Amino acid sequence: MHTSPVTTAHHETHENPALLHHFATAEQQKNAASFGMWVFLLTEVMFFGGMFCAYLVYRYWYFGDFAAASKSLDWRLGAVNTAVLICSSLTVAMAVRCGQVGKQKAMVVYLALTILLGLVFLGIKGIEYRDKFVEHHVPGQSDFQLKEAIPRQPGVLANQQHAQVYFSLYFAMTGMHALHMIIGVGLFAFLTYKAWKGAYSPEYYTPVENAGLYWHFVDIVWIYLFPLLYLIDRHP
Amino acid sequence: MSEHISSVKLYVGIWLALLAGTGLTVLAARIDLGPFNTIVALSIATIKAILVVLFFMHVKYAHEKMTKLVIVTAIFFLFILLALSMADYGTRLWS
Repeated sequence: MHTSPVTTAHHETHENPALLHHFATAEQQKNAASFGMWVFLLTEVMFFGGMFCAYLVYRYWYFGDFAAASKSLDWRLGAVNTAVLICSSLTVAMAVRCGQVGKQKAMVVYLALTILLGLVFLGIKGIEYRDKFVEHHVPGQSDFQLKEAIPRQPGVLANQQHAQVYFSLYFAMTGMHALHMIIGVGLFAFLTYKAWKGAYSPEYYTPVENAGLYWHFVDIVWIYLFPLLYLIDRHP
Repeated sequence: MSEHISSVKLYVGIWLALLAGTGLTVLAARIDLGPFNTIVALSIATIKAILVVLFFMHVKYAHEKMTKLVIVTAIFFLFILLALSMADYGTRLWS
């Protein structure tokens, strides 16, 4: 890549150093970045959509077994994690707002809080995963065993194969969600460092905004995962 | 460019609504509504998702029509994926 002297001169005369030479205005640059992020999120919708579709088909076929397997999850931990993610969505929204109004120090705090909440979520998820291993609820374990009766059919235990389908989907969906969380925490660690260095201002905070869009999307996926995985036929 | 800046009050309000929605989801799951349990749970989840998209993701204030086009596209293709798959798998056991 070579830069012509003309372009360099153009750069130097412009007041916004974040504006790249192939964009006419800062607004155009921001809109292009935002549009790119939304198209990426569209592909993410289809990515998770495939798993939701598989879930839907098997839940319809093996409803009783899915309901029984769902009962083995701790809905309290799931609810707490939902609240943790919602709080982290608020801190991200506040971090983006700090970018808009130019509060650099507050942005660092909100980004750090987001990382902290993300790690709390992953920690709780880790505890839940450990419980599943201890209880032999991991599909493929040679001693897999789900001693849970099908709701409304007292005494009828869940079909072990069908229960393993549920737990396969449980681990695939929450696992891919957790991977997105891990990537998000990594992104925010980088952004916190950059914000601490004073990289973002009301003229340029696009990376914070786009990472925020990603984080809110991951939050939305969990908003659906929580009732679908934890709360099938829960009433006593 | 006049970027819309939401008030802190609004963000806190949305946050409280999302937390209330989570509580409501748990409460609704403990009442026996038969097949309507799923519908209620998914309706609450969808309302929560709409709040996140409109306010936290600033879609309510987006000047760009392209953003809205992308969202409508996502929902449309997700609908095709789920509806046509269920139309197939959901009716295979009918005989």
